Amino acid sequence: MMPDLGDYAGAVLSAYAVSLGLIVGLVVLSLWRARRVRAALDKVERRGRRT
Amino acid sequence: MSLWEYANPVRFIRFTDRVLPPLAVLAVVCLVVGLIWGFFFTPDDYRQGSTVKIIYLHVPATLMAINAWLMMLVASIIWIVRRHHVSALAARAAAPVGATMTVIALATGAIWGQPMWGTWWAWDPRLTSFLILFLFYLGYMALWEAIENDDTAADLTSILCLVGSVFALLSRYAVNFWNQGLHQGASLSLDKEENVADVFYFPLLVCIAGFVLLFVALVFLRTQTEIRARRTRALIARERAA
Amino acid sequence: MIALLLRDLRLAVRAGGGFGLGLAFFLIVVVLVPLGVGPETALLSRIAPGILWIGALLACLLSLDRIFALDREDGTLDLLATAPLPMEGIAAVKALAHWITTGLPLVLAAPVLGVLLNLPAGGFAWLFLSLLLGTPALSVIGTFGAALTVGLKRGGLLLSLLVLPLYVPTLIFGAEVARRGAEGLAVEAPLLLLAGVSLGALALLPFASAAVLRVTLR
Repeated sequence: MMPDLGDYAGAVLSAYAVSLGLIVGLVVLSLWRARRVRAALDKVERRGRRT
Repeated sequence: MSLWEYANPVRFIRFTDRVLPPLAVLAVVCLVVGLIWGFFFTPDDYRQGSTVKIIYLHVPATLMAINAWLMMLVASIIWIVRRHHVSALAARAAAPVGATMTVIALATGAIWGQPMWGTWWAWDPRLTSFLILFLFYLGYMALWEAIENDDTAADLTSILCLVGSVFALLSRYAVNFWNQGLHQGASLSLDKEENVADVFYFPLLVCIAGFVLLFVALVFLRTQTEIRARRTRALIARERAA
Repeated sequence: MIALLLRDLRLAVRAGGGFGLGLAFFLIVVVLVPLGVGPETALLSRIAPGILWIGALLACLLSLDRIFALDREDGTLDLLATAPLPMEGIAAVKALAHWITTGLPLVLAAPVLGVLLNLPAGGFAWLFLSLLLGTPALSVIGTFGAALTVGLKRGGLLLSLLVLPLYVPTLIFGAEVARRGAEGLAVEAPLLLLAGVSLGALALLPFASAAVLRVTLR
């Protein structure tokens, strides 16, 4: 399953880990902020309609 | 139906809502296919050994780091000329994505450089100009955060982006002049001789497509968020005034 | 325009105007570097051009936030905006005043401080010339940065973050001229490029600064 990475296994794996970690972090952060902002807007809009 | 119709925030949100799910799926598919293809099914390079596999992250990230700034430049010019708010917010949304790509490019480069060049970091022109590009991203984002009035912030950051682009380009050539490079030439060019071998080339293309799609999807999502955040602020301000 | 220039110069020279501050800072940097890297003369003379350039650049940076901040506080800037003078002219004059009060003293002081760092004899003229060509660019770029941050409450740190990347080309070419000069190499290429960067900045950036000021004062 795992290809033989030879002497550089650490380098290759850490490069993949760092990059994927950063990308996933960015995506999660974007999604989280999108959800929060959407909820905040919904709240304000509903409040505006009631009054 | 012209492109400018999407300058209307409502229409932009409606359009991106429709496009985002397939776009995200496609981005993930491309990334997974490209990275797995590259990681498991390509041979080692006879000189670089297995470190050649880092190319599938390094090259796409580098491309996107530069293209994100270009996209911000175009969006800034559109804001200055036509004053579409969506455009300014898209530039704002793209900056953190571009900055992250710059970090990925620098980090993977350093990790690759350690076994190959024997050093994490060299003051090579390409490396140095990327570090400078990262500083520009930082300044741009900090300026957005610092200004309270939205329109003022959009105006000032757009001008900074324009001036910054000129100086970033100047720095690129200045740095070239300042030190000879350790970095290899272009991995992708129309000139066949210089290119990477075909076995690496095709998975690399898939990865690049994945990064581009990911970038577009993220920018759409974050622009939506910015539009909504802005609308929230405006509504709250109106409530207070009433 | 000349009246505005004279007014700015008078304000800077008057007590509390911070006229000598940049110079003092420059001196301190030059004193601190040997304390940090050791007193070895050969090493010092090799890094002297770079140190002097970086010292001058930082000293320049130190006084940037004063360019517009005080005028903004007491309302002078709003008055200037309604004056018949074009905003571009105001930005250019402000940059010129900053250069005369900060840049020019630094240029004049640099060769003296070069002695402290054992700058090779051939390097003095080139150091002087490169600073003379480069500091105007530092002032105009700095004015642009100061204009960007003038409306902010805590703009000081942000100002450095914005301005320092913009200083990169000037620093590279300027320090390169001084270094090559000190080592007795040909200096034409970096000298011409330095002059090009400076002239380009002088020609274009006042327009950017003026656009920024108009937005801030809106």
